[in-house]
Amino acid sequence: MMKTIEIVKIMELESLPKQIGKEVHVGGESIALFHLSNGDVRAIGSRCPHTNGPLAEGIVSGEFVFCPLQNWKVSLVTGEVQKPDDGAVPTYETKVIDGYVYIAV
Amino acid sequence: MKRKLVMIGNGMAGVRCMEEILKRNREAFDITIVGDEPYPNYNRIMLSHVLQGKTEIKDININDWKWYEDNDITLFTGEIVTEIDPEEKEIKTDKGSVISYDELIIATGSSAFILPVNGSELEGVIGFRTIQDTECMIETADRYKKAVVIGGGLLGLEAARGLMDRGMEVEVVHLMPSLMEQQLDAPAAKMLKKDLEAQGMKFLMEKQTTEIYGNERVEGIKFSDGTSVECDLVVMAVGIRPNIQLAKHAGLDVNRGIIVDDHMQTSTPSIYAVGECAEHNGITYGLVAPLYEQGTALAAYLTGAKTTGYQGSILSTQLKVAGCDLFSGGKIAEDDETDAIIVHDQFAGVYKKVLVANNKVVGVVLYGDASDGTRLFTMLKKETDISEFTSAAVLQKAGEDAVDEMIADMSADETVCGCNGVTKGTIVQAILEQDLKSFEEVKTCTKAGASCGKCRGVVEGILSHTLGDNFDPTAEKTGMCACTPLTRDEVVAEIKEKGLQSPKEVRNVLKFTNEEGCPACRPALNYYMRMVWPEEYEDDKASRFVNERMDGNIQNNGTFSVVPRMYGGTTTGDELIRLGEVANKYDVPLVKITGASRVGLYGVKKEDVPHVWEDLGMRSGYAYSKSLRNVKSCVGSRFCRFGTQDSLGLGIRLEKEIEMVDTPHKMKMGVSGCPRNCAEVLTKDFGVVCVENGYQLYFGGNGGTEVRECDSFITVKTEDEVITMAKAYTQYYRETGIYNERTAPWVERIGSENIKLVLLNEKRNAELVERFNKAKNTYEEAWSSTLLNMKKKEMFEIVKI
Repeated sequence: MMKTIEIVKIMELESLPKQIGKEVHVGGESIALFHLSNGDVRAIGSRCPHTNGPLAEGIVSGEFVFCPLQNWKVSLVTGEVQKPDDGAVPTYETKVIDGYVYIAV
Repeated sequence: MKRKLVMIGNGMAGVRCMEEILKRNREAFDITIVGDEPYPNYNRIMLSHVLQGKTEIKDININDWKWYEDNDITLFTGEIVTEIDPEEKEIKTDKGSVISYDELIIATGSSAFILPVNGSELEGVIGFRTIQDTECMIETADRYKKAVVIGGGLLGLEAARGLMDRGMEVEVVHLMPSLMEQQLDAPAAKMLKKDLEAQGMKFLMEKQTTEIYGNERVEGIKFSDGTSVECDLVVMAVGIRPNIQLAKHAGLDVNRGIIVDDHMQTSTPSIYAVGECAEHNGITYGLVAPLYEQGTALAAYLTGAKTTGYQGSILSTQLKVAGCDLFSGGKIAEDDETDAIIVHDQFAGVYKKVLVANNKVVGVVLYGDASDGTRLFTMLKKETDISEFTSAAVLQKAGEDAVDEMIADMSADETVCGCNGVTKGTIVQAILEQDLKSFEEVKTCTKAGASCGKCRGVVEGILSHTLGDNFDPTAEKTGMCACTPLTRDEVVAEIKEKGLQSPKEVRNVLKFTNEEGCPACRPALNYYMRMVWPEEYEDDKASRFVNERMDGNIQNNGTFSVVPRMYGGTTTGDELIRLGEVANKYDVPLVKITGASRVGLYGVKKEDVPHVWEDLGMRSGYAYSKSLRNVKSCVGSRFCRFGTQDSLGLGIRLEKEIEMVDTPHKMKMGVSGCPRNCAEVLTKDFGVVCVENGYQLYFGGNGGTEVRECDSFITVKTEDEVITMAKAYTQYYRETGIYNERTAPWVERIGSENIKLVLLNEKRNAELVERFNKAKNTYEEAWSSTLLNMKKKEMFEIVKI
């Protein structure tokens, strides 16, 4: 069966502060949403593959977030955990339309 | 045809001489060395460190077996030379070897002088000279309790400290009224005695040992005044006696030592003597630096170099006992020809005396802070004309130029590292040939600075002088994080000097490799910015770790803890009822009294956190912060029959005065109502013990990863003074601490005495308090201000669609 992709309106961009993650629940999926300092909006799975840490609460630096529990470094672009650790989280496409953030789920 | 060079003795001075010979001419000699100890050459002066448990015997080797092999040296160990026959030019050993020589070096060193009193032959009476002595002491300390060290000189005190480190009770017997009288004057000796007594060492001064008693093993010693003391071990450290018997029997001229000329040649041709067994110009030496100089002089002579020979040495001394920083060089006592420049800060425990004659430094005695020792001693040896210096300039660290000039003036064969006998020439050669760039590299390559480390400054000076602009001292330091080679101090200085206003500006201007910073420097810079610009800088929540951003500790499952403030550990019935109701309402899985005597609610869901705060209506306990966590206190005079002061009231007041203000790391304080110390304040960052006549203050304690007991500070009379000191102390920590550095390592790094001096300086104290108050005014209670701020409150919300 083909997976259908749905574009979901989440929130106003203005209420998403830069470099502080936001936890979003969409249809049973927990997503961490980020507003980067370069203006990009990125969305990844909210749980770190290591000890299930909440990535939305991590410190954001450039295109990476650092898990608040054990400091794993996760790419907000590819979802890949950076070396020396291994793993990946899902990524979601995002769009900003008329000042609102949309995620493709 | 190679000449046969034979050496009796396998110790530091002799082997050093061999190294110098090999360096100058590898082909000149067939070398044979006969040593009576069963080891290759080791660093005898490091035996103190071995005894004190700071290093191991295997680490004090200077030349291992392979070195002898590689250099084709025939080595006999554990073999005693019994006879020198100058006529036949040969030596005989106890194992029947007969070795002939063309040139013979006697490097037999010296032995511990054992007092010729009854009982000195008993088991448990030893000197402190060899690996065997050291091993014997270590074994004795395992089985016996009480030791007496006879001799309060350098070696005796190091031995005493080592035996204490090994768990023994130690009494030091000294014939003279003051310790180390060869190296220290009376004031410095007094300070040393006081410091050692504080470490638990006991002294029996002006006691002459007349007898050692016991059956088989020593049981005690008696003194000429009729008193006596019991003990299980006697260590004789009353001096050394040059080993001259062999030379004497062979008909060489001897006095106290074997008499030598400037080329270390004895009265008999082809026989030389170096080291502690040699007497040059009426002097026998017992310290390593002159012995190395003698070895070098002899090597030069034997290899046919043009040399002026050995010209005698001016001695300098340091003591290898932690907590007793001293330096002594040249003359120690004033006389008619010398003038003394003296600084004596009894409170800080610092004493500096520089003796001057004819505008030249002729003597140095430093106690408490010996960091200027090398510099002053170099001035002494160089005979620097100080007529243009003010007294203060002599005592103070010279400017960079002066240091550079001094290093430029040093001759190549001058010893830089006394412990390992490394000369300036060796260091320069290593730097150039092996392309060394840092102190660490020089240390690894040449051993300079590898033992006591006091010559580090000079080594760095030589690096700088040799490499010029290519020497980058920052290459040594680790930067504050991977983004920059700059240290914390340098970054903070730049922030102030350049007036940098945001972390982003700091990273740009100071060229951080990662322009957005990393999880290490982001929070650190945010802290430094607010510390430097308390009123101008706006805290950046995005640079805070989640705990501080959300004002609660994140738990391992992503939930949070809520710990409200309970000043001094106090609460009320109403508060407890409310806490109970809130815990039930939000299904809080764990309610616990925290380590810092408050009630904690653990496992609160993120979206519930602000509601929990609101329902509680209490202030944040800052249990997640790098700031004052709590002030632990006992009930004190309010209820306790032993309480001397209102420790609870003071604790509450202290907590209110210091709370909320960011510090480099968390802080814990405590106030105990009496010396029974129920609030356990001696392991706090700042501790107060109430006593009848006031308040004893302590700081720098830690009960965490590495336990550290507080340093004792002062006793003040009033609560107000306690508060003032606490503020000044906290502010000084804020201004000089490295982000993430607790006060315990901070105190170690900055120096307890330095902190005391700063806090006791009225002007600086007042300035610190003022800056603290200014910063404090910019802080608002975290929970209530978050509840009032929609944006902050929204951080806890999860968007659900």
